Amino acid sequence: MADDTAPIRAMHGAPAASARGNLPPLELHVPEPHSRPGEKPDYSWLEIPEAGSLARPDEACPASETWAGTLGMVRVLDEDNRAVGPWDPALDPETLRRMLRTMALTRAFDDRMYRGQRQGKTSFYMKSTGEEAISVAGAFALAADDMVFPSYRQQGILIARGYPLEEMINQIYSNRGDRLKGRQLPIMYSARDYGFFTISGNLATQFPQAVGWAMASAIKGDTRIATSFVGEGSSAEGDFHAAMTFAAVYNAPVVLNVVNNQWAISSYSGFAGAERTTFAARAAGYGVAGLRVDGNDTLAVYAAMRWAANRARANGGPTLIEYFTYRAEGHSTSDDPSAYRSAQEREEWPLGDPIMRLANHLIALGEWSEEQQSEMDREVAEEVRTATKQAERNGVLGHGFHHPFHTMFEDVFEELPWNLEEQAAQAIREREIKWPERVGQKHSGDKPRTSAQGSTESANEDGRGEGQ
Amino acid sequence: MNMIEAINDALDTMMGHDPDVVVFGEDVGYFGGVFRASANLQKKYGKSRVFDTPINECGIIGAAVGMAAYGLRPVPEIQFADYIYPGLDQLISEAARLRYRSAGEFTAPITVRSPFGGGIFGGQTHSQSPEALFTHVSGLKTVIPATPHDAKGLLIAAIEDNDPVIFLEPKRIYNGPFDGYYDRPSKTWKNHEGGQVPEGYYSIPLGKARTVREGAAMTVLAYGTMVHVAESVLAEKGVDAEILDLRTLWPLDIEAVEKSVEKTGKCLVIHEATRTSGFGAELVSLVQERCFYHLEAPIERVTGFDTPYPHSLEWAYFPGPVRIGEAVDRLLKD
Ligand SMILES: Cc1ncc(C[n+]2csc(CCOP(=O)(O)OP(=O)(O)O)c2C)c(N)n1
Repeated sequence: MADDTAPIRAMHGAPAASARGNLPPLELHVPEPHSRPGEKPDYSWLEIPEAGSLARPDEACPASETWAGTLGMVRVLDEDNRAVGPWDPALDPETLRRMLRTMALTRAFDDRMYRGQRQGKTSFYMKSTGEEAISVAGAFALAADDMVFPSYRQQGILIARGYPLEEMINQIYSNRGDRLKGRQLPIMYSARDYGFFTISGNLATQFPQAVGWAMASAIKGDTRIATSFVGEGSSAEGDFHAAMTFAAVYNAPVVLNVVNNQWAISSYSGFAGAERTTFAARAAGYGVAGLRVDGNDTLAVYAAMRWAANRARANGGPTLIEYFTYRAEGHSTSDDPSAYRSAQEREEWPLGDPIMRLANHLIALGEWSEEQQSEMDREVAEEVRTATKQAERNGVLGHGFHHPFHTMFEDVFEELPWNLEEQAAQAIREREIKWPERVGQKHSGDKPRTSAQGSTESANEDGRGEGQ
Repeated sequence: MNMIEAINDALDTMMGHDPDVVVFGEDVGYFGGVFRASANLQKKYGKSRVFDTPINECGIIGAAVGMAAYGLRPVPEIQFADYIYPGLDQLISEAARLRYRSAGEFTAPITVRSPFGGGIFGGQTHSQSPEALFTHVSGLKTVIPATPHDAKGLLIAAIEDNDPVIFLEPKRIYNGPFDGYYDRPSKTWKNHEGGQVPEGYYSIPLGKARTVREGAAMTVLAYGTMVHVAESVLAEKGVDAEILDLRTLWPLDIEAVEKSVEKTGKCLVIHEATRTSGFGAELVSLVQERCFYHLEAPIERVTGFDTPYPHSLEWAYFPGPVRIGEAVDRLLKD
């Protein structure tokens, strides 16, 4: 079958270079990151302004007053772990300790769930290591009922808002306690009662939705604002720009956040435009306020989100915030970052680790100690362990099919149309053939039910090895 | 060779043959794609022919249209077929109609590659089978290989084709054929005939089905992963069925379909996509229109369900051996 004599297709396009005098041939620029595997990380490109050096415009200022600052960086914690400058939110030690604990809890949660995936308890996981300040301090700066349209690395917001860890784990394990009925990829939570919009696997779709929610809040004369998060890589999507346009046009009460963690899977931030300007600087093109923030400085994150939230709540309009940070771990459990970036990058990340920086600040204040820190780490690990144990009573993905088969057909529409009724009957019949040992364990879930009903009653969980 | 290696080989072969072939997409350059389909190509052909793109499917397909207008043969990758949607306007309104609306002044010889289908616990946004969307659009060709051998030959033909082609790769069978029994050990392509991939250039014409197995009892129409599931179910049931791997949904090898159904008098259509308005509906209509007087039983259709792909109940959703087996029994009863 092989035919090595295949003709080279005749060129049907223009010649490679249309001769025009002695003009140089045009060239394509393809961005290249600062270091690759096996190379020493290079951070010489990175300009880190001194803590406290950036002015803090009035929350009610015209958007244009913020634009010069979008090339700088809001930073509060200095080299000696002191809080300095106009952006210092002057939080009391108790609040700082609560933020620290929530960030540590988020990290412990990530570590445990990552291990759970490796142990085959679920199919997939995504860590937020190194980015905990952004979600946690952000959540602390918002009102509890402000609406969040998150991306997939803001688990810290749910944790900060007190969403039960057990519920999160139920979702990750797709077990019978999962209130999303096992439909979503792990980590794609939905928690309406915690102001947390359902996560989509399609990138950046949540950005214009947040603007729409904020517009609705304004239409109804509400006082709640909306906020949304997108990765710097995803900020290349059209949805990002749609959101910015709508936010600007309607002066929507929304805070739009870009988490610039330098990497979008294997593609560095240059592929989203970082070589040309900062992500915060895009604010100017749309005429909205912009801030660029040290994302590993908990106090700076808090101060920026607070500034933008206050502004939005006072009808000052939208703000675009860029958090400059580093994705310390792989993109997900399916990713091997050593294949595309320098292994040392993480250790040498010049902006440090957000948890350590906040802990050191508290220690410098005389409000914390290394012993307290290790004690806290032990406690949060224990808290996660307990929640995991509890959730595992509802089963893990590998233990089989926890959801009544009928639930698969619910919530497509409010009412089940005939085709789904028929297909549900088919699925349930198939179950009796494929998994006959379960026939005796029929449960009410296999009877037709309305979407409003919960789905937590038991399928069985002892059918080990039936999932995958 | 597994299917990813075959696709990589096809890209390599075509880039070597034709300096106008360019390969790009999210994570496609240095890293070689999240499924590694373009591994090593950037090193070999340079950064201006193999490159990463911003995460913007509309930009990827729109830029491909522009490159094609210049005279290149772009082969963009969309990381998962579920993410073609942000680029659909460029694909449907632009790429597909360029030839028609410019009366041939401009054409779009683009091959959009994308992994699709379920069976990898991808949840509702990493599992879809959107092929019917594309066959519904005039001006697009839709190709779905079922073996590494076909993947290479069909991809080469797609790249050489002067029309826009959607090349959907059944990711469940990237590493090996799949018999539909998720709880059995997975197989590799090593000992499968379809895993034998010749070196160098060869192409498989678009619009030609492959007879997987000859038989007299019924005709089975399938593509992608479902070809293998059908094959194993029918072999296990000992049914003397003729199985056609359609390979290209559009252009469809209607002759092969007619010939087979006229011979067997029975037809079973299988796909993984949702049922309603799926490509199976088109196949059933065509067979009904063209082979009605040869039919000895109503045409059967086995599909996924009309719901998004669920994560934990993935194997209940998947049109596996039981669902296919029941349809085969119904067909044989008549
Ligand atoms: C529309 C769409 N295209 C592609 C993907 C595949 N994908 C998932 S995550 C990802 C990288 C996102 O990077 P970034 O936005 O920087 O966020 P990070 O993972 O760094 O937090 C890609 C390309 C997707 N989920 N959706």
